Amino acid sequence: MLNIALPKGRLGEKVYGMFARAGYECEGVLDPGRRLIFENEQKGVRYFWVKPSDVAIYVERGAADIGVAGKDILLEHGPDVYELLDLRVGICRMAVAAKSDFHDDPERTLRVASKFVNIAQNYYASRGRDIDIIQINGSVELAPILDLSDVIVDIVETGTTLKENDLHVIDTVVPISARLIANKASFKFKNSAIVSIVDALLPLTEENT
Amino acid sequence: MNIDVSALKYDERAIFALRSLYSAYGYSYYKMSKFEEYDLYVRNKDFLVSDSVITFTDTNGRLMALKPDVTLAIIRHIHDEPGVVQKLTYNENVYRVSQKTHTFKEIMQVGLECIGAIDDYCICEVLELAALSLRRISPHCVLDIAHLGILAAIIDDFSFSERSRADILRCASEKNAHELRSICRRSGVEENKAQALLDLVSLCDRPREALPKLRALLGKSGSARLADQLAQLERIVGVFAGTDVEDMLRVDFSVVNDLNYYNGIVFRGFVEGVPTGVLSGGQYDRLMRKMKRQSGAIGFAIYLDLLERLNTAAREYDVDTLLLYDRGDSPERVRACVKELAAEGGSVCAQKEVPQGCRFRRLMKLTESGATPIEGHA
Repeated sequence: MLNIALPKGRLGEKVYGMFARAGYECEGVLDPGRRLIFENEQKGVRYFWVKPSDVAIYVERGAADIGVAGKDILLEHGPDVYELLDLRVGICRMAVAAKSDFHDDPERTLRVASKFVNIAQNYYASRGRDIDIIQINGSVELAPILDLSDVIVDIVETGTTLKENDLHVIDTVVPISARLIANKASFKFKNSAIVSIVDALLPLTEENT
Repeated sequence: MNIDVSALKYDERAIFALRSLYSAYGYSYYKMSKFEEYDLYVRNKDFLVSDSVITFTDTNGRLMALKPDVTLAIIRHIHDEPGVVQKLTYNENVYRVSQKTHTFKEIMQVGLECIGAIDDYCICEVLELAALSLRRISPHCVLDIAHLGILAAIIDDFSFSERSRADILRCASEKNAHELRSICRRSGVEENKAQALLDLVSLCDRPREALPKLRALLGKSGSARLADQLAQLERIVGVFAGTDVEDMLRVDFSVVNDLNYYNGIVFRGFVEGVPTGVLSGGQYDRLMRKMKRQSGAIGFAIYLDLLERLNTAAREYDVDTLLLYDRGDSPERVRACVKELAAEGGSVCAQKEVPQGCRFRRLMKLTESGATPIEGHA
């Protein structure tokens, strides 16, 4: 039996649709009520919904054999897992945004607000830019408006929220999408089951291009 | 000394089993100090699993560290002996920052080092001992094996930038073929050569299936260096053909150790029930050069803290018999009663009150007529 951690929410529902089309459907997954775990014994899969940011932990710690996590989470937390497929859904980007009148003064330490402090730090370290990182857990767009930071590093999907707050993207850090990840030990002991799912999902990811 | 093995914890039993295995192959026990000069670790920081080291100033003013690694300390204390191979085993605590909790943890490691005039036999012996160690821990185990020389030769052949090299090694360790493909495209690598690299990192097969695939993937490259490395991997793995060890082996190039320290054969062991690798090892001639040693070396370590998860047989009771006595009971009477109950078998704990949370199989009270079961608890 393969334990599969799916991220709660719209992205997870879309991803489950891919698993179902790949031949790994399971009754009740999309209509969970209070149930937490859904099993299709015949197909050898057991699904459970978890908070998107927790999927990588479930997989890394072996509670789930495979799971689907955003690339943002994988880059931020660096779990020790295999990243087997880019599912090409949930496509967005991690970007640097600032007020429209922002000018980067290299003589000053750049103040960067973000939920993704590791991603932001690695990005600026690769450019040799000295920054003051400010960890914020919500409404990151407020930071430059209230002069808490010079720029923000955050996920940008359409850019509408930025535009409404007079912010604009000044650089793309990394493209983001949902990835199929696997626990390293599970990949050894349940190899054929995991490889079968990967092979079944692969053509569907190409449809998402 | 009589040792009741059943009273030992899982990791303690593993230490006994593994040490006897290694000593049967002539590995001598190496005992080292808890501390080493900090300087040793600063100069080889990249070799360490975590950057942070617990330091303190010794009474003579020297900056010392609680050792975060065993291999560096062993290399520092041994001397090259031409033509000789020194075979050492150890079980030591190391002090590292946990990547999960970001706090220091004490981790018990058991391992061995084979240092000196390393040849193919030495590599095979260490691999076999790694495989047998895993089997002693659990019958359900896998030993991934790769040859870093093969990966390094391919990367060198493609002339990647320094940054791309690091990204490629990370992608290999993640089996991340999609990102690897992007890096190859960005770096202008021909599609067929890139595909060979992608197929290489996706490999996870038993040697009899993996080696023909590898030959097909790498055979056409025309690189003499690559052919040499592949031939060595085939020779080493070929030694185990038709043995139990062969069934445990998986050729898997996601085993990526630091190329600045490791070369040649690298491996990682997994046991079912533990979500991460419990054994890690490889050939580290480059580290030996960095530490001004002329000889080669190969070794591995097993992380005993991870084996806790295998100890699933939870104890039902803390003690078989809990014997309650009063303040007025003489020590002689209590002692005699404990002895009598212990002679019936099982453990006996004498207390004046029932300790909070204590789980016992039966509860007895010391009365004038001796140990009497307490109703409802007998």
